[in-house]
Amino acid sequence: MSATAESVQERRAALKGLGTSRKRVEDARFTQGKGNYVDDIKLPDMLFGDFVRSQHAHARVKSIDTSAAMELPGVIAVLTAKDLEPLNLHWMPTLAGDKQMVLADGKVLFQGQEIAFVIAEDRYIAADAVDLVKVEFEELPVLVDPFKAELPDAPILREDIADEKEGAHGARRHPNHIFTWEQGDKAATETVIGEADVVAEEMVYYHRTHPCPMETCGSVASMDKVNGKLTLWGTFQAPHVVRTVASLLSGIAEHNIRVVSPDIGGGFGNKVGVYPGYVCSIVASIVTGKPVKWVEDRMENLSATAFARDYWMQGKIAATKEGKITGLWCHTTADHGAFDACADPTKYPAGFMNICTGSYDIPTAYLAVDGIYTNKAPGGVAYRCSFRVTEAAYFIERMIEVLAIKLNMDAAELRAKNFIRKDQFPYQSALGWEYDSGDYHTAWDKALESVGYSKLREEQSQRVEDFKAGKTRKLMGIGLCHFTEIVGAGPVKNCDILGMGMFDSCEIRIHPTGSALARLGTISQGQGHATTFAQILATEIGISADDITIEEGDTDTAPYGLGTYGSRSTPVAGAATAMAGRKIRAKAQMIAAYLLEVHDNDIEWEVDRFVVKGAPEKFKTMKEIAYASYNQAIPGVEPGLEAVSYYDPPNMTYPFGAYVCVMDVDVDTGVSDIRQFYALDDCGTRINPMIIEGQVHGGLTEALAIALGQEIAYDELGNVKTGTLMDFFIPTSWETPNYQTDFTETPSPHHPIGAKGVGESPNVGGVPAFSNAINDAFRAFGLTHTHMPHDHWRIWKTANELGLHAES
Amino acid sequence: MSKQTINLNVNGQSVTAEAEPRELLIHVLREQLEITGPHIGCETTHCGACTVDMDGMSVKSCTVFAVQAQGKEITTIEGLGDPDKLHVLQEKFKEHHGLQCGFCTPGMITRAHRLLEENPNPTEEDVRFGIAGNLCRCTGYQNIVKSVMAAAEELNKPESVT
Ligand code: FES
Ligand code: FES
Repeated sequence: MSATAESVQERRAALKGLGTSRKRVEDARFTQGKGNYVDDIKLPDMLFGDFVRSQHAHARVKSIDTSAAMELPGVIAVLTAKDLEPLNLHWMPTLAGDKQMVLADGKVLFQGQEIAFVIAEDRYIAADAVDLVKVEFEELPVLVDPFKAELPDAPILREDIADEKEGAHGARRHPNHIFTWEQGDKAATETVIGEADVVAEEMVYYHRTHPCPMETCGSVASMDKVNGKLTLWGTFQAPHVVRTVASLLSGIAEHNIRVVSPDIGGGFGNKVGVYPGYVCSIVASIVTGKPVKWVEDRMENLSATAFARDYWMQGKIAATKEGKITGLWCHTTADHGAFDACADPTKYPAGFMNICTGSYDIPTAYLAVDGIYTNKAPGGVAYRCSFRVTEAAYFIERMIEVLAIKLNMDAAELRAKNFIRKDQFPYQSALGWEYDSGDYHTAWDKALESVGYSKLREEQSQRVEDFKAGKTRKLMGIGLCHFTEIVGAGPVKNCDILGMGMFDSCEIRIHPTGSALARLGTISQGQGHATTFAQILATEIGISADDITIEEGDTDTAPYGLGTYGSRSTPVAGAATAMAGRKIRAKAQMIAAYLLEVHDNDIEWEVDRFVVKGAPEKFKTMKEIAYASYNQAIPGVEPGLEAVSYYDPPNMTYPFGAYVCVMDVDVDTGVSDIRQFYALDDCGTRINPMIIEGQVHGGLTEALAIALGQEIAYDELGNVKTGTLMDFFIPTSWETPNYQTDFTETPSPHHPIGAKGVGESPNVGGVPAFSNAINDAFRAFGLTHTHMPHDHWRIWKTANELGLHAES
Repeated sequence: MSKQTINLNVNGQSVTAEAEPRELLIHVLREQLEITGPHIGCETTHCGACTVDMDGMSVKSCTVFAVQAQGKEITTIEGLGDPDKLHVLQEKFKEHHGLQCGFCTPGMITRAHRLLEENPNPTEEDVRFGIAGNLCRCTGYQNIVKSVMAAAEELNKPESVT
């Protein structure tokens, strides 16, 4: 080893590759206020667009008078559906196979719906002009309760498709009905339930909420009429899909459109959809010939862009007396709002809700989901979860608790009794998935031991005694959760969005001096892709992560990809990165063999170089190989060192985790206090532990928000009651606890580096853990289930209904 | 509406802006003065993304009219450090992974800077209370708190010069 001063370990460490808590390269610009977000873009002569929106949830638009607005100095134009109609842009397709009004076409279907788009010289004038547009409405009866959608007197919302018996996802039985989606074996499941020793039933509601990233949605469109090129900057989690949609809608050839996602101030699913604002900014720029910026305000964001959840899940779970689960039945009523704008892969109108058998070996199961139109904002996005996985996890993790009560069993024990065993993987679930890998018992035991589970239960029993004896007014809840996620959509054979297969991509160029540039089809919104993808590559090609630049988000330069959501970046684009890296290495091997004057098979890869087998002093580093690839004629090998890979994943990945939350609940004030939160995550191979931990902290805090107070609530007239950050709960540093994180590492067998993805696990597992803790606090007093969000008032109400406020 | 001339000092430099009486300081900073570090997350005083320092006090610049800044000294994230010498808080946020998407970060650091000026030896509770006006959707605050505590410690080291 004389030729190498540094040891293998030292060279490996210098790469800052897989498993390193590498500091983020993004942070220099963000900490200095030099990020470049959409609203930071300022172009010469840029105009500003703003919407006239509906104050009614359901009304006919009788007339729109824009004359007063047009007279205001500084107003350039006011667009209505009439102006968009000749371009066929007054409606647009949604990602879910439905269509959505860009601007109100004859009627409005939810409060906050876009009616007219004002274009003015600055944002103040635009806002003034919005007030001057006069809209005459004729109010119609409002439908907010999805269970009333098919009653005889229900108003018909979507007159445009009232007579269509077939929708994008099969038969529709009523004009307000969107689809029925069925999975599993209905007859067999009903038989199992009919014959079971024990059946627990519950209606589990996962309320409507909103991803609410700190940056709202926006875009800047700039039509260069001289060259016929349109550039669109925007808050896009999937820039290539936006380019394709923009091309199909506008008729501008795809090569003449450049879509750029600059820095994104958080997405969490909110920025997957295509919104009327994007379309209007494009049209406005085409019409005026000037760049047009549209940035929504917070109220618009909360009340008009994509909501999440709103699933009413009726469940039945059957088991033997000993607690072995025999069957699961679920019927979900899905409130989709006025247009079906879910961002799910085409063939999955209810996303991956059929992961609702969770971590358990349940032999027989059936799931049906009915999508319903109501007078609410459209959406149904995956708010920090893979498509509908958080709904599924919440459902099964509540049903397990309800079953434990019915069986009078400890909920931790009931889970352990039913986990899919390690030796059962790959595991075929009753609802059609093939789980790739897992070791649930090990994770579960580690979690229970770490928190001192049996001690906690003893303390809880004592607390109940003390409460009954009048010594305390605080109860204690232990919230358990063992979740299984399904992420990394997905195999092109069954996953597409608007017909585009859900592969992802990476293109690598190695520079002559041995540094590199890699471009991906994904886009970071805070996950630190520039940091972690460089790490994956560093390990694959032996170039230090510090010498690799990662670029994303510009469709003119990045290879086509389906974007970042559903925790798909690591499973799909991460795999593409590894595979492209391996192509680089394969070519490098040929070059190295030539330089070393040996056969390809006589050299082997070692950290950052190819070494002659049995002669470790003879080697060529990747840096030397890169240089040679550009400056030597090598017989049979093209010059240069570049590779591209489009990765079509063979399967999804299935991260899992075991969470425990301990809470104190004040019966008189309804105030909950999180004493401890332990989160064990298994996301397969860990790329950057620091970033994983950060993702877990963030996801748990979003879970805390959802479980304990965050909701998009409507009154009976369809008014949004939670349209500002005053009413829409976002936890501050004051109510957020410190979390304890832990891990096990079960690599995915089919992923090139074994990674599964983690960004969304804490939200998927966190919500049931928080909710179970609240429910569990009242278990000793006869509570089976109470709906989220568990804000102080609702907790107080639960205590009151259980008679805990009675004079003692 | 007629514009008024405002003279103010931003990050140590005297500047002049023209604004209507109703214009918010955040808009004048971002759009006229091209100081885009402070961000807009709500425009209703809830999120703190627009936090700047005005005459030694943290203010949410979406809730200050630009004309109210007449004659004031404003410090934004751009004024705390420069690429060659980052502020200790900027260093510590990087070191302890105190940010993800970065949108809340300028406001958060500007607020933390004022907090440490007022209370150089904060407890974790002091920090959690002191930055509660600044929302973050990404980090869950744990690493932000860690970063601020680490900065306080660094600033309190006898040899440290700021
Ligand atoms: S933008 Fe000022 S507090 Fe949110
Ligand atoms: S880092 Fe994204 S909001 Fe704080």
